[in-house]
Amino acid sequence: MVLAAPAVLGLAFLVLPLVGLLVRAPWATLPQRLVAPGVGQALRLSLVCATSATAISLLLGVPLAWLLARTALPGRRVVRALVTVPLVLPPVVGGVALLLAFGRRGVIGQYLDAAFGVSLPFTTAGVVVAEAFVAMPFLVIAVEGALRGADPRYEEAAATLGASRWLTFRRVTLPAVAPGIAAGTVLCWARALGEFGATITFAGNFPGTTQTMPLAVYLALETDPDSAAVLSLMLLTVSVVILVSLRERWIGASA
Amino acid sequence: MSRTWRPLAALAAAVLALAGCGGGPAGPSNSGSGAVTGDVTVFAAASLTESFTELGRRFEAAHPGTSVKFNFGGSSALAQQINNGAPADVFASASPTNMKQVRDAGGVGGQPVTFARNTLQIAVARGDPKHIASLADLTRPDVRLALCAEQVPCGAAAKQAFQAANVTPKPVTLEQDVKATLTKVQLGEVDAALVYRTDVAATKGKVDGVDFAEAAKAVNDYPIATLARAPHAAAARAFVDYVLSPQGREVLGRAGFGAP
Amino acid sequence: MTSTAPAGAGIRQGNAMSLHADLDVRRGARFRLRTRFDLEPGRTLALLGPNGAGKSTALRALAGLQPLAAGRIRLGDRVLDAPEDRTFVRPEHRSVGVVFQDYLLFGHLSVLDNVAFGLRARGVPRRTAQRRARDWLRRVGLADHDRRRPRSLSGGQAQRVALARALATEPALLLLDEPLAALDAGTRVHIRSELRRHLGDYPGACVLVTHDPLDAMVLADELLVVENGEVVQQGRPADIARHPRTDYVATLVGLNVYRGRAEGTLVDLVGGGTLTTAEPAHGEVFVAFPPTAVSLHAGRPDGSPRNTWPVTVAGVEQHAHTVRVRLAGTPDVLADVTPAAVAELDLTEGNALWAAVKATETHTYPA
Repeated sequence: MVLAAPAVLGLAFLVLPLVGLLVRAPWATLPQRLVAPGVGQALRLSLVCATSATAISLLLGVPLAWLLARTALPGRRVVRALVTVPLVLPPVVGGVALLLAFGRRGVIGQYLDAAFGVSLPFTTAGVVVAEAFVAMPFLVIAVEGALRGADPRYEEAAATLGASRWLTFRRVTLPAVAPGIAAGTVLCWARALGEFGATITFAGNFPGTTQTMPLAVYLALETDPDSAAVLSLMLLTVSVVILVSLRERWIGASA
Repeated sequence: MSRTWRPLAALAAAVLALAGCGGGPAGPSNSGSGAVTGDVTVFAAASLTESFTELGRRFEAAHPGTSVKFNFGGSSALAQQINNGAPADVFASASPTNMKQVRDAGGVGGQPVTFARNTLQIAVARGDPKHIASLADLTRPDVRLALCAEQVPCGAAAKQAFQAANVTPKPVTLEQDVKATLTKVQLGEVDAALVYRTDVAATKGKVDGVDFAEAAKAVNDYPIATLARAPHAAAARAFVDYVLSPQGREVLGRAGFGAP
Repeated sequence: MTSTAPAGAGIRQGNAMSLHADLDVRRGARFRLRTRFDLEPGRTLALLGPNGAGKSTALRALAGLQPLAAGRIRLGDRVLDAPEDRTFVRPEHRSVGVVFQDYLLFGHLSVLDNVAFGLRARGVPRRTAQRRARDWLRRVGLADHDRRRPRSLSGGQAQRVALARALATEPALLLLDEPLAALDAGTRVHIRSELRRHLGDYPGACVLVTHDPLDAMVLADELLVVENGEVVQQGRPADIARHPRTDYVATLVGLNVYRGRAEGTLVDLVGGGTLTTAEPAHGEVFVAFPPTAVSLHAGRPDGSPRNTWPVTVAGVEQHAHTVRVRLAGTPDVLADVTPAAVAELDLTEGNALWAAVKATETHTYPA
């Protein structure tokens, strides 16, 4: 009872802007705006990039979370603080930082460019890198939390049964923290999908290669706020549909 | 129940107090008689950052008792903020289009006046290592080009210039604003970008500006106007007058702006 | 699969190995336990002591979950841990099976996959592993539970699955950490006798950690009593109960335990004699009662629900607060009496007395 009032206020606070978007959306011209050239392209690019960034985050982030949660890594506090840096960094600054690291003249980028002729800025790969940079901490933190909550003695039990560390990780640790990984993955994907600042700064904006939905929305706002509202609604709808259907699946699988 | 509400009420009171501090009228200013005093809030295009900051300092010195506050940003974003009720006294836009948006919404007080002109330059790395001398050079395959997105004024101007030169550019990126475009040159991510002369000047030599003939076909007019709902109308008029005065022209000219 | 030759080799023929343990384990700065023992295959040793005495730490060292601070662990002719020689075999490479106190069954795997886990980890093909796992489930009486999830099992069932999982790899050394502590009293009695049967069939060495003297007396062939980080007494359970070296051991291990055949409340003891119990039972049982439940009398005492029988004093051990009297008779019995009673009863060796135990003070457990 004591919690009900602030809970309702909190929900209203989160939902009202969405209501504003729905109320003010130009419903009359919506269909023609949806099929406008470039909209599908931006949406597809957004989904592809957010999914790729999430895949990379899983591949690198889960082992990183394991390292933070399960090993006596020297300077672990510092490492954990470093992992959360992209969370506090304004995304635009993150984008500049990425340029300074992986740009054509960047600390690492100059060698990539010289040795392989690879240059990340202004490429779709660059979008994925920017999104992964901003979104991976969400995954790492969620998974690390899950790992800390999981009883490490199950891993010991697996070891006494003859399981190598890798087998233990795959067959015991991962299944135990699967809900945490799922939650982290959703957070990571959602954050990557909405990513704007780091993407436009690091990867630039070009339709078809680097212009994701948030970038398209931002530029539409410059000239045609109605279009921006439509694009935002579309991004919102697609992401909600995907998340809800995935959730159904997970719940269905665990029941 | 009452235990729940007490902290909430305290929070609400604190929020209201803060709002009161920020939004309240700051002294007598609307009198319109004699000396001008009070705060002037100026919404100005991002490309005016350096020159208007300087102008604001001089205005305050010339009118003791006044204080000029700036909100620099993209002209279209500023126009939207004004149309959504932001408390501004003056709007200085980088394009007539955005001024028109405010005017159409009934937000402009007087007649907008063009106070400055800006022309494009090709921004290149210092020393122009790629030997870029014309718009046509920008289409060379070894030149990586950044432009502003068409939706923002510098992008619209660039489009006009390329059309005048009958050249089709192949940019790698269409940036959100002119500063972001210029940053890409400064960081070496692109070899060239089309930006305003004033922006090149503002880097103080970090990038070089290359003039090109078609720049004259894409001149950007900067209109300024006091706003209809200006909280401090008198001070607002005084500031606009100052921008249009010879002293104002001089500051703008040094920043690279052309006279209207 | 990650097949490990050393461990895999130990599966079939390797579990008749003796254990040599010279343990010095530490936890944190304050806690330390030192103990030393040898254990032949087929024998069970119990580490008995109060909670927090470091028994579990010793078990962890044997399993390889914690390295020794000093000492040596050898299983057969293979050294598993010897800090001096910088030898340490990781747990997954030891031929050891562990039943943890709260079992630690993998919640996301079926009962069958839990039992097959060790075999799979050691590279046994899936079908073979499952067949052998099913075999083990049958041996612990859970053949029809193979598809269940561990969380749907009762405590006793979970304990049996944990035992099957530990035994499925046929380890040379079986470690049981408070195997009955998590069970309620009723289940415990039943599982204890079952565990005793499985330990009887198990050909390897087994180390058991418990704080419950009855578990130790019933399950172990050898007993190590731990107090304050040191082993205070070591030997056969019956010997230790008869000759406790300290008060602590006396109170801890002082238990009269008999095997016999129950017919209602009457139990015919294996070594001769009959006891009347409060709890009716049928078949093979243990009857137990503490030495404090035994009263000694100069003449035959009166009163009905009592077991009374003539005994002669075989020895007297003086402790700080009590005196433990060893008495010969049918059956032999231990009694704790106050120092005052010693003088009163004339407890000199060879003196004839009557022992009496109330039926309500006895406990009966199926054997």
